[in-house]
Amino acid sequence: MLQKILFGNLTLQAIPFHNPIIMGAALFMGVASLLIVGALFYYKKWAWLWREWLCSVDHKKIGVMYIMLAFIMMTRGFIDAMMMRIQLAVASGNAGYLPPEHYNQIFTAHGVIMIFFMAMPFMFGLINIVLPLQIGARDVAFPFLNSLSLWLSVAGASLLNISLVVGDFAATGWLAYPPLSEMAYSPGVGVDYYIWALQISGVGTLLSGINFVVTILKMRCPGMTLMKMPIFAWTALSSMILVVLSFPVLTATLALLFLDRYFGMHFFTADAGGNAMMYINMIWIWGHPEVYILILPAFGIFSEVVAAFSKKYLFGYTSMVWACAAITLLSFIVWLHHFFTMGSGANVNAFFGIATMIISIPTGVKVFNWLFTMYRGRIAFTTPMLWTMGFISTFVIGGMTGVMMAVPAIDFQVHNSLFLIAHFHNVIIGGVVFGYLAGLTYWFPKITGFSLHERLGKYAAWCWIIGFYVAFLPVYALGFMGMTRRLSHYDASTGWQPLLIIAMIGVFIIGAGFVLQVCQLIYSFKHREVLSDVTGDAWGCGRTLEWSTASPPPFYNFAVTPEVHCIDAFWKMKQQPQLAKQYEDIHMPKNTSTGVWIGVLGGIFGFAFTWHIAWLVFASFVGIIAVMIFRTLNLDTDYYLKAEEVAQLETQYAEAS
Amino acid sequence: MNLFFRALFILFTAVFLSGCNAVVLNPKGSIAAQQYNILLISVVLMLMVVIPVIILSFIFAWRYRENNPKADYQPEWAHSVKLELIWWAIPCMIIAILGVITWKSSHSLDPFKPIERSDKQTLTIQVMALEWKWLFIYPEQNIASVNYLQLPVNVPVKFEITSNGPMNSFLIPQLGGQVYAMAGMKTELNLIADASGDYAGLSANFSGEGFGGMKFIAHVSTQKEFDEWVQRVKLSNHTLTLAAYNELALPSESKPVYYSSVKKNLFKFVVMRTMMPEKDVWALCFGNATE
Repeated sequence: MLQKILFGNLTLQAIPFHNPIIMGAALFMGVASLLIVGALFYYKKWAWLWREWLCSVDHKKIGVMYIMLAFIMMTRGFIDAMMMRIQLAVASGNAGYLPPEHYNQIFTAHGVIMIFFMAMPFMFGLINIVLPLQIGARDVAFPFLNSLSLWLSVAGASLLNISLVVGDFAATGWLAYPPLSEMAYSPGVGVDYYIWALQISGVGTLLSGINFVVTILKMRCPGMTLMKMPIFAWTALSSMILVVLSFPVLTATLALLFLDRYFGMHFFTADAGGNAMMYINMIWIWGHPEVYILILPAFGIFSEVVAAFSKKYLFGYTSMVWACAAITLLSFIVWLHHFFTMGSGANVNAFFGIATMIISIPTGVKVFNWLFTMYRGRIAFTTPMLWTMGFISTFVIGGMTGVMMAVPAIDFQVHNSLFLIAHFHNVIIGGVVFGYLAGLTYWFPKITGFSLHERLGKYAAWCWIIGFYVAFLPVYALGFMGMTRRLSHYDASTGWQPLLIIAMIGVFIIGAGFVLQVCQLIYSFKHREVLSDVTGDAWGCGRTLEWSTASPPPFYNFAVTPEVHCIDAFWKMKQQPQLAKQYEDIHMPKNTSTGVWIGVLGGIFGFAFTWHIAWLVFASFVGIIAVMIFRTLNLDTDYYLKAEEVAQLETQYAEAS
Repeated sequence: MNLFFRALFILFTAVFLSGCNAVVLNPKGSIAAQQYNILLISVVLMLMVVIPVIILSFIFAWRYRENNPKADYQPEWAHSVKLELIWWAIPCMIIAILGVITWKSSHSLDPFKPIERSDKQTLTIQVMALEWKWLFIYPEQNIASVNYLQLPVNVPVKFEITSNGPMNSFLIPQLGGQVYAMAGMKTELNLIADASGDYAGLSANFSGEGFGGMKFIAHVSTQKEFDEWVQRVKLSNHTLTLAAYNELALPSESKPVYYSSVKKNLFKFVVMRTMMPEKDVWALCFGNATE
């Protein structure tokens, strides 16, 4: 009884001691964390870490931490992918090495991690680092809120990682369709972990979305009208508008599922007036914009990269902006194409099918504009440009298969088959991941002050590009051979095995690319003196404001707020040298630990709900409110950096470089 | 023209599919065949843009590489109304054509639309996705089978589909796909087989631990063989009473099983059970309040 009150449903049985794979992973995570903690004590870096990083409200540092989170989670998501590919390569006519209940958790975790805890943090990381610099701002509109968003994302990711060792994760697929995700069919804690990991990080995402919309609309430097913004800022704005409009839907949907599971309500059950199709509609009203939330900033990155390395203006800037706006709008009226096969009727299906296809028009225009940016340029084949080239040819194939599935008559055949899997990996790897990696390589010298080693980067990019084709062309073919997604084993008579083995080899090639990137990072760090960027314009062909300040930028970004008169302002500034600078006082936010505390308490809140520990739910909730009130009463949140100090710092920087 | 499309597409996929059993590309029913044709047309239409784009990207990249001083370099050239109109127009035209195809095919291939054959009467089969097996009820023949489907060739078949648990999706790729099976709802799928043979059938929507077992063989035979099969099933000593159904519906995977008779209105009962109080659904389906 006392145990029930203290620990809710949590018992020692929740830890799967008998499962060697999970225990191995737990051991690895434990050792890795101990090493980090040990190193922090040994080098006496705790205070530094806490003051300079964890409590920081500097958008650049928050961006770096987001990207670190993305890489940690990408490692886990990728290991999941390899485990699945190995399972399917061997499970022909036998059960393979993973029992279904474990395999089902792995593909669910893979999807959730890659979308919510790899792609989203990676995107927010890049936007955080680059966007304020691009629009000539000193920070985002709400610096503390930004820190809070980061720590809520970390809390969500931590919950998901805890679920590996304590209890289990959802085994329902990454969108947890009811009735499968209802209590009747998923009585364990897996779906509860899922709900809370997404709810907590989802709140963070929504806050970030609001933060960046306001930042872009209100904090552009003098002279930068909307149509003079760098294109990345436009894509980020579109993406963040989608975040603000769609994430509340996700929160509401998961909240209703939570009510079903915890309080026996019937929103999505088959009985008592519930309707599972309502969940499917709602989750995709969020889910479809979500994929555009991810891809739009990647489009922005490609646009910046292709213009910079072709040493030309982006072709058809106005077209690009309108294309972006069109995609933003259209992405909200296509959600039903995810379930043509639920019997909505011919008129409805045809409407959503055609609406979906229409999205390919602005997207196609973008592709042509990128091509004609290269046309009559002087193209430098750097690593970011290599990613961009890989993207263009890969993405048009993904776009084509996407439009195919937008035709309901075709979708009836390939819906939920491996053809679909190949399609969305085609656009997510070939579009989103290639884009973010291009962006990371492109802006890396800006944020750290040294470039990434080019040759290793190119090897990595080639591994990714070739690996992608080897891994996913067979998956397209398997879709035509009638293989559906989420199968853990199959009959030998299907003849699927040879192609699944090729797909596995492809994943290993991508894995080699991933390892090369880690090597590249370590190598570049060791040789950072040689690779260092002293000019601030690391590639020599920067066009936008982020390249006009030092690398890494001072914490106040710009000693003097820049003023712009055209697009690609820095490109013009380089041609017409600027006048001498007149320093002024700079208004800066103070660091705060509030975000960290709310993140920690939020994580505990989710964990307590997952295991039905009532007192802890209450305690952590009260804790969050108390921290918020404390923060509200604290009026000492900002300071002025005096003009003399700025002058002093600027001379120091000048001398150092 | 159709032949041309087909040749192009076969060339394109042969590289990956040589020697494989690509069921989607090998239709055995008129619905699947029409779906396959639309697939070919849409691929060819889009390749008309996709292939030039890929080729252009390589040509431009090579031609305008940094160490080719012979190539034209115009850093200020960033806008051309004429060019941009062209590439707004090209995708618009292709999507307009595809849009018409989509509109027409969504209606002509609507899964709920009955298939009209003047000489043949439609066969109705009730499909239930259980945890984790398919139950097929032949109401006119008053028989049922698990994980095995027998169909007469050239006879339109109307599948009425529901689920007794998580969602599944009913799919026989070579005959045409696919419609979801959802608890408390009845969906429909109309198919017809043009040739005899054994075709793989499966669930396309993940439904839990035993999902891998949700597969069946659709055996298409002549009407005569179908009738003989019905007679054979009538001799089976299993009968699908409500008790037998409740046991069958428990989570498990199953080999094919045949039932010589089926409780009347069982399908309706399963669909309606979640919609109304127990008493009413009994009265509605079985005519009495309890058994």
